[in-house]
Amino acid sequence: MRDVAVVGFAQRQMLEFDGSPTCVELLVPLFEECYAQTGWTRRDVGFWCSGSSDYLAGRSFSFVQAVDAIGVIPPVNESHVEMDLAWAMYEAWLKIQTGEVDTALVYAFGKSSAGTLRRTLSMQLEPYTMTPLWPDTVSLAGLQARAGIDAGLWDEAAMAQVVQRSLTDAEGNDHAVRSGGSSVEALLAKPMYADPLRKHDCAPVTDGAAAIVLAAGDRARGVRDRPAWISGLSHFIDPMSMGTRDLTRSASAARAAAGVDLTGVEVAELHAPFSHQELVLRRELGLGGDVRVNPSGGALAGNPMFSAGGIRIGEAATRIWSGEVDKALGHATSGPALQQNLLCVLDADAFGKVA
Amino acid sequence: MSRTLSAPVTVAFDYTRSTGPVLGRFFTGLRDGVVVGGRTASGRVVVPPPEFDPETHQAITDFVEVADTGVVTSWTWVPEPVAGQPLDRPFAFVLVTLDGADASFLHALDVGSPDEVSTGMRVRVRWAGERVGAITDIGCFEPEARGFVTGARAPSSTAGATSPTAEPVTGIVTPVSLDYVYAASPEETAFYRGLEQGRILGQRCPTCHKVYVPPRSACPTDGTPTTDEVELSESGTVTTFCVVNVPFLGQRITPPYVSAYVLLDGADIAFLHLILDCPAEDVHMGMRVKAVWRPREEWGTTIENISHFAPTGEPDADYDTYKQHL
Repeated sequence: MRDVAVVGFAQRQMLEFDGSPTCVELLVPLFEECYAQTGWTRRDVGFWCSGSSDYLAGRSFSFVQAVDAIGVIPPVNESHVEMDLAWAMYEAWLKIQTGEVDTALVYAFGKSSAGTLRRTLSMQLEPYTMTPLWPDTVSLAGLQARAGIDAGLWDEAAMAQVVQRSLTDAEGNDHAVRSGGSSVEALLAKPMYADPLRKHDCAPVTDGAAAIVLAAGDRARGVRDRPAWISGLSHFIDPMSMGTRDLTRSASAARAAAGVDLTGVEVAELHAPFSHQELVLRRELGLGGDVRVNPSGGALAGNPMFSAGGIRIGEAATRIWSGEVDKALGHATSGPALQQNLLCVLDADAFGKVA
Repeated sequence: MSRTLSAPVTVAFDYTRSTGPVLGRFFTGLRDGVVVGGRTASGRVVVPPPEFDPETHQAITDFVEVADTGVVTSWTWVPEPVAGQPLDRPFAFVLVTLDGADASFLHALDVGSPDEVSTGMRVRVRWAGERVGAITDIGCFEPEARGFVTGARAPSSTAGATSPTAEPVTGIVTPVSLDYVYAASPEETAFYRGLEQGRILGQRCPTCHKVYVPPRSACPTDGTPTTDEVELSESGTVTTFCVVNVPFLGQRITPPYVSAYVLLDGADIAFLHLILDCPAEDVHMGMRVKAVWRPREEWGTTIENISHFAPTGEPDADYDTYKQHL
């Protein structure tokens, strides 16, 4: 295995992006930030990979026009996943492992506000017996939240505590689209929305984009004194149907956690678009009470579709670069009710123990 | 004024899918008023039947009829239904485990308020009036007692009114219709606002000096934002073209007609439009053409302000003037 590190990260999050769904105009300044962080030009990038969704954009091959933001003469080595940035990063990590390239810039974008997000996402469900009912994202999360409440695993107060901590932490995040803690009592006094969820239990509809730069070995050391070395990567998926899953658990998250070493993780950025999902993930990942979760405010403070998972990895990496922590976890999810889960463990020390 | 132009767009199409032997059996059952589950190797009855056993990975071949009554195992309230959902008024999405099954499945429950739903409550299927072999043949669930009170639904013994000789269901059609507010980029917005004034606007890349029309947010050659606005000539050269002979839905011009790439004078990328006012067979590479605008009172923020391009009668352009743009 080659030692690969996260060495660059840029993001934009906003409630509504006043521009085209291909987000080209949003991506150009993100790439400029990545070039500034690394000292590279686009010709130093060995591999490009993007994450986005045609259903979100409302047009086919939406990622092709986004390639304008790269500049493609001479031609570039490029790929795309209809997944979150985190999975695009996984593909780029694999590409670097092949030895074909030493560097990669991965990016993702999505204009969630172009359609009705909770409805558009029905297109990622099982197409025979679920999509024709158009179950919306919030409802599917509500079923999961109820299952946990009924099982006595959490209650509305525990969910509100997650929101309260997230929105308070988000006050320190310039990219957050929602922030400002109040109190658990004040949150619980808010009206119910999709019972058992209040609006603050659900991530805000967010437009945005993000980019992550990866580099191997000395290329990474050339960029940063403390590169965020990827010491573990793992992802698993649960069945599509809701009824055959134990919604109070996330078997795929637990399985992913078993594939990496989480000992000593100081900060975990968890992609939990609904408050109770942070509680599910904490349990499945076995995170102790001393692990600081989502100091950025997490997805409840901003959840740009197809970027928000990767942003968790980027946020974790920045805390390694700054010297604040020596080991951090980035987590991304996709699909309904934590169906798919990806873990990326970042270390200040490179020791080539990715297995 | 918003920075960019936007307009509503609806993307609609039908997904047509074959069902295979397992889901086909399930949908055939629904059409006939019977709910069919599949038994896994561990003995669990799962509805809808999975195609493959999640534990042994063997194909599911053991089908079991289950009741159309069951119990709610989880629920959530839907205060603002979206288009396509089973009910157009507030309702509950529920996970229901039918009597005789060991796993729940997702559907809607028709109740008037969240106070009328609870985990553990008994519910029964309300069959759709017309059944076609789809998950929507279950119109929704309703509280078990209600059907008897109102007499609104037939007992399950008569729900299967379809003739047993009917063909099995082998396919489903799922209509998809998604509404968007589609926004132009700032550069495209400038282009359309220019057209509203009878001007064709492009942008020049500050790095490679190429001129793009319609303008793009970034130069695709080198990734630089294209910031320098350029007003282009309405005359140009046909670089390539095709004669449209095929009629299609929504066609507004009777074939044959010509769709062509026109390289406007001063531009570095060709522009797609119609060539009219001459026989289709006369159109050729290098032909000089000029924009024909609709009457000014019809102009909007649209490329349709230019009706088409027409031959100017000038001598053909020299091949060397456009060979880099083919």
